[in-house]
Parts: sequence; C-alpha cells; structure tokens
Amino acid sequence: MNCEEAIKLMDGYWDGELDPITNQAIEQHLRSCRNCEQAYETHGALVRAIGSAAPYYKAPAELRERIQSSLREEIAERPTRNVVRDVRQVFRRNQPELRTSLWGTPWNWLGLAGLGVAAAIIFAAIITLNLVPRLQRPGADQFLATQLIASHVRSLMANHLTDVASSDQHTVKPWLDAKLDFAPPVVDLSSEGFPLVGGRLDYLDNRPVATLVYQRRKHFINLFVWPATSDSAKTTKAITHQGYQLLHWVKADFNYWAVSDVNANDLQTFKQQFEVQTSHH
Amino acid sequence: MASRLKAEYASELEDFESSSKIVKFVVVKKREEQDHAPREDLLSFEAVMLPHLDAAHNLARWLLRNEQDAQDVVQEAFLRAFKSFGGFHGSNGRAWLLTIVRNTSYTLLKKNRVADLTTTFDEEIHTAGHESVSPATILEHSENAELIKEAMDELPAEFREILALRHQEGLSYKEIADIAQIPPGTVMSRLARARAKLREYLAARIGKE
Repeated sequence: MNCEEAIKLMDGYWDGELDPITNQAIEQHLRSCRNCEQAYETHGALVRAIGSAAPYYKAPAELRERIQSSLREEIAERPTRNVVRDVRQVFRRNQPELRTSLWGTPWNWLGLAGLGVAAAIIFAAIITLNLVPRLQRPGADQFLATQLIASHVRSLMANHLTDVASSDQHTVKPWLDAKLDFAPPVVDLSSEGFPLVGGRLDYLDNRPVATLVYQRRKHFINLFVWPATSDSAKTTKAITHQGYQLLHWVKADFNYWAVSDVNANDLQTFKQQFEVQTSHH
Repeated sequence: MASRLKAEYASELEDFESSSKIVKFVVVKKREEQDHAPREDLLSFEAVMLPHLDAAHNLARWLLRNEQDAQDVVQEAFLRAFKSFGGFHGSNGRAWLLTIVRNTSYTLLKKNRVADLTTTFDEEIHTAGHESVSPATILEHSENAELIKEAMDELPAEFREILALRHQEGLSYKEIADIAQIPPGTVMSRLARARAKLREYLAARIGKE
C-alpha cells in the first residue's frame, strides 16, 4: 500500500469500517511510514474533538409533551375510518334481504356507497401501481448510476480491481462463467487501444454481475455485464455523474454499463470496438 | 338515478325499521372493539420511538440550525412516523425515525430555499490564508466548543448531518447509508470530505483571530 491509498482509506480505518485485510495493510503501512502515521494521529485528534466538543442538542421537555399531545389528538380524530367498516359490516348482515329488494333500505344504500368507495380506492390503487414504476424509472437509473460509480471507485481504491488478472480472454471468460449463472462475452481490445486487464465479480442491482476491466492509457474502464430483463430499454444511454462517464447499452440479451473517468468520446469508441469484436466471436 | 333511489327508499320504510335495530347493535359493538386498538398502537409506538427523541432533535437542530424549526420538524416527523408505524417491522427504530426526521428537515430546507444543500459553498473565502495554521494549533483549539459549533454550522447540510450521525450518534456506515440514502461505499468518502472541510474551516477561523 502506498501513501496515497493509505490517506484515502484513513477515515474508514479510523472508524473501524474496513475489511480485515485492508485494515492490516494500513496498519503495516502506518508502522513503516512516519508521515502517514503523523497524519493519522492529527486526524484522530480532530475526529475525537468533534465527538467531544460539538454540542449535543437534547430535546427540551416541552417538545416531548407537545409530541405526546399531538399524537393523542391524532388518534382522537381517527374514528371516521371506523364508520366505513361499520357500514360494510351492515351490508354483510343485510345480504339476504338485499336479494329480495335491492334498494331496500337506506342502510343498504349506504352499504353500496361504502362498496363504491372501496371500488374507487381499489381503482385508484391499480392506476397508481401501474403508473408508479414508470414514474420511478429516472430515480432508479440515478440510483443504479450511483451504485455503479461507487463500485468503480471502490475497485480502484481498495486494491481490488480484479479477481482474475489476465489480458487473455480465454482465461478471464471461463473464470467468470464458472462463478456466475450466465456467460458474459469477453474480448481483448489491445489492438484497439483498450487492453483487457482482468475480470471481477460484483454485486449490483440486487444480483451478482460480471465486471470486465479494461485500460485506456492510465485510466481504467469497468464494464459491468449482466443479463437483460425483457423490459429493459433497448436505447443507448450516456450519463455524466460526479465527473464520471457512464455509458449504457443492451445487446444480445445483456445489459452493459461502462464506467470510467475517460472522456465521453473514448467511452463511445470503446463501446463500438467492444460490439464489433463480440459480434466476431 | 338519485331520484329513483329516493322514491324506492320511501316506499319501503317498514323494512328500514327492522334492519335499523340490527345496525345499531353492530355499530356499538364494533366501536367497543376498535377503541382500544389505536391507544395500544400509540403506547407501543411511544415505547419504541420516544427513547430516540434526543437523537431526532439533535439531527434536526444541526440540519436546520434553528431551535424553533427543529422542534416543528421533530413533531411533524413523529406524527408521520406514527402514521406509518404499521409498516415498520425492523429492529432499528432509531435509524428508521432518523430517516423520517432527515427527510422532513430537507423538505423544510428546500422550502426555505436554503442554498447549502450542496457542497459548493463559498470555498474561496474559507480556504484563503490559513496555510500557516499548523495541525498542532488546530488541536489546541479543538476543545473550544463554540469554535467547533460555528465551524460545523458553516458546512453544507450533508456534511453537518453525516458528522452528527457518526460522531454524536456513533452510527455505523451501513446505518448512515440507510438514513442519508446513499450507497454504503459513499459514506467513507463523504465523511472524509466533511472532516477535511471542517478542519479547513477551523483553520480559517483560528487564522482570523
């Protein structure tokens, strides 16, 4: 581990939130590097100071009373809901009568009104359920983008870029195939200026995914691959987020997300070359 | 339609007489059963959530930097939490409540158009002229509560919140990620930036003295 990495991970180390292996690597580094050790001590003192000197704002007693009385007001207002249930209960009791005279009594009539309300609620629920997934799409994309970037950054930060380091696609592909329930396409793009560095397993969008790592000069490109679902949009999408470039496309039943700090043009070229080469195989 | 209903209802007044008795009985009985439920809900809600009132208030106070707003937000958050308490099945009541407090606070911050929701915040003013302040000097001032409070209040909301959650509540990265709705991998880098910024602001304040 070098100083730059150690400094980057120092907060996680201080908070005891690193995995044991990284933890040990930092410890070793601090023992051997006087500068980083000093930085760590200063940092620790500051962190302690925030904990002990920053004021903690306890809730005043009158706030507790205010909350308790507002909650009691809230339940006092509730019985309106019971009436609807009562009406439905009545409706059930009167059912035999209902068959002989449909509009028999105002109570039946109320019961039907209750049913009408219930039907309206169900109807509204169906509409909402249908609409909501569509409305949430941009948000879901944003969330996935943040996840992808986090995974990209972590891969560069914690010395865990690849699980299998090889520029040979015939080494990387079988390794990934053996660990996943799908077989992602793997090609080396050295002659196109994007040498394959290796492969990695990741967990994204609630499923294990394959990550192919490519290099462009000094930059890395993480290409995340997992099977596309039938409702995946087939369009290519380019997103810039937190200074990272993300490029998404769907091809031959696979979802692709390329994440990198290279410029947008390079990433487009990368996508084209990847598609050309995979179609040859 | 309505007039037809009315007419038929009028023609069958006798039936109305008999069924209304049943109705009354049913209604009274249901009332008795249901009166208990909300009160029990309320008591179990208070038992689970009131112990976290201080944490809720502290977070809101740091986010809003104003006592009156903080109290209003906490009260509103408790009411919201109570209404959706039926949907809470987790074991971490504090994180659940703090998420609601945070969201309610941000709603108010946005409404008041407070310009500190992002990290881009007159950095030039603060970064200028403190290079000469050594870490040791910062440490000497680190027990000055007023100074730390002032420097922390200058930070953007997302930094104030993460520092309060980590250093005052002692929450794990996972819990912080849930409350602040960011990926767990982002917590460490945001904390690091928040601490670095705080140190910078402290240095700037000490440098001015």
